[in-house]
Amino acid sequence: MSSFSVTEPSRRLKWIAGLLVVGYALVTLMPLMWIIATGFKSSSDSIAYPPKVVFEPTLEGYVNLFTVQNRASPEQLAANPPETWYEQIVHDKGMMISGPSRFGERFMNSVIIGFGSTFLSVFLGTLAAYGFSRYRVPLKDDLLFFILSTRMMPPIAVAIPIFLMFRATGLSDTHAGMILLYTAVNLSLAVWLLKGFIDEIPREYEEAALIDGYTRFQAFYKVVLPQAATGIASTAIFCLIFAWNEYAFAVLLTSGTAQTAPPFIPTIIGSSGRDWPAVSAGATLFLLPVIVFTILLRKHLLRGITFGAVRK
Amino acid sequence: MAEVRLAGVTKSFGTTPAVIDMDMSMGHGEFMVLLGPTGAGKTTTLRLIAGLETPERGDILIDGRSVVGETPAQRDVAMVFQQYSLYPHMTVRENLAFPLRSPVLRTPPDEVRRKVQQVAETLQIAHKLDNKATALSGGEMQRVSIGRALVRDPALFLMDEPLSSLDAKLRADLRVELKRIHAELGATLLYVTHDQIEAMTMATRIGVLENGRLVQIGTPREIYEQPLNLYVASRLGQPRINVLPANLFPGAPAGAGTIALRPEHIRIGQGRPASVVRIEHLGDQTRLHLVLEGHPVVTLSEPDLDLEPGDTLPIEPVNALYFDAAGARIA
Repeated sequence: MSSFSVTEPSRRLKWIAGLLVVGYALVTLMPLMWIIATGFKSSSDSIAYPPKVVFEPTLEGYVNLFTVQNRASPEQLAANPPETWYEQIVHDKGMMISGPSRFGERFMNSVIIGFGSTFLSVFLGTLAAYGFSRYRVPLKDDLLFFILSTRMMPPIAVAIPIFLMFRATGLSDTHAGMILLYTAVNLSLAVWLLKGFIDEIPREYEEAALIDGYTRFQAFYKVVLPQAATGIASTAIFCLIFAWNEYAFAVLLTSGTAQTAPPFIPTIIGSSGRDWPAVSAGATLFLLPVIVFTILLRKHLLRGITFGAVRK
Repeated sequence: MAEVRLAGVTKSFGTTPAVIDMDMSMGHGEFMVLLGPTGAGKTTTLRLIAGLETPERGDILIDGRSVVGETPAQRDVAMVFQQYSLYPHMTVRENLAFPLRSPVLRTPPDEVRRKVQQVAETLQIAHKLDNKATALSGGEMQRVSIGRALVRDPALFLMDEPLSSLDAKLRADLRVELKRIHAELGATLLYVTHDQIEAMTMATRIGVLENGRLVQIGTPREIYEQPLNLYVASRLGQPRINVLPANLFPGAPAGAGTIALRPEHIRIGQGRPASVVRIEHLGDQTRLHLVLEGHPVVTLSEPDLDLEPGDTLPIEPVNALYFDAAGARIA
């Protein structure tokens, strides 16, 4: 490519653009880096002033996150010598592990509810979007507007009726209830996003498949779905991020069995003083699934514009 | 191979009629071309036969069996789309194998491989079999799309302007190719185009459509030499037929409103004087643009004719076509 091309920016512009991007990345990534670093600090390092950038890493925060500990007398400590590396860490503080914490459970709840509702939203959303895109649905525009209108106010605005409904139907603090709720909130977004993607897929592909001897459903499954993969992947990411991060409903509607990680993490603070490393460790682990999920689906996000076998 | 019959088929979209009361029949092994401008109902006719549209009235019969209630899969037709419609997420091989693997055919893998290879060789795309469908040139895409129809052995081939988006050379090559394939398979083929050259060179019969109606059906020669009306006459011929007031020349039959002259109907040398406006040398032919009493006339001349704009040239009609005021042929 010639450097004199009209579309090619000059060297200097590229430098400026690069600097801006790096600067922006630093600003957005700094809090994240700080959380990750704090997770590996000792309690005293985490609240040191001036803040420590270089520190000796420890897994204390992670051990605190996953265990419940009691202060122990020197006799008790001497009677129970530590057997594992994590018992050693606790032992050194003059404490003893009395059992596992609830973080593991809460984390699993988040996984079940987050991925469950994402799957349902995308599954139902794809079918609805296909229907709206391809069939003559009576009152189509009104229905689509109605679907969109469920997003016109923040979901938490309907918190009280939902709270009452959940209490009346016994859905409070259940996995099914939370999956249902997050699916309901995400579905409108999923339908609209996916309809846009499916509208872009020319009908001729399905018509060709119909003539090639396939049924309508097979044509959908074999021809439309693979081409909607990009849209499905990005919709899934949006749905997962919402369900994964949702805090207000989780606080309101869950307390035990179905409590997700977001309302649980702040409670760590209270248990034994201000344990910032444990909170940061929780936050770090909490970030991981979304990051992994996004990276896994990145291929589909980037694959993007390969539509080209139909001339427009 | 199949016989196809359309009986009073009517279809409209909203209030716009697309196909009106169409009667047509095609015999075994026929290469029928539907000719007409955009919006004449050609594509709708194909889609009705394929089962992608449902007729409001009338019946469609393939080998004597009414197919109106059947799905496209049940009708056993293959269709080549104007815009290729290759499945972009599949390779060329998968595209070609797709109809063979359908639940209707369920071809065993060995046979799929053999047939795909055979078709790919016929269409000279064997070396591209493992390419993504999107990584092909326009001509290759269209050949794959034709191949996808050929791998099956359908009762009927439907082709919707398959050559219209290709360049001139490729179009000429594929025209010959299609005709050869048709002769080899002996298949029944319904082909839609607005290109008169495609219609003239490939068709065993041409059906001319105007605003959803089948105006005339006949061999290319019949359509060219014996058009039923002015519309059909103006569909065929390069340069386009000249339409002039009938009284411009002596000898018009009673009731004639217009006289229509193809280049071969114009004899140069005697008759009414026309003045030369422009001369186009196209290599194999020379086009003369004339004006006769204010009416433009385009005809062909000998390449060595020594003429210049402004010269005067006498012309007269020979075996011309005459039409009445409504456009119907009277002589």
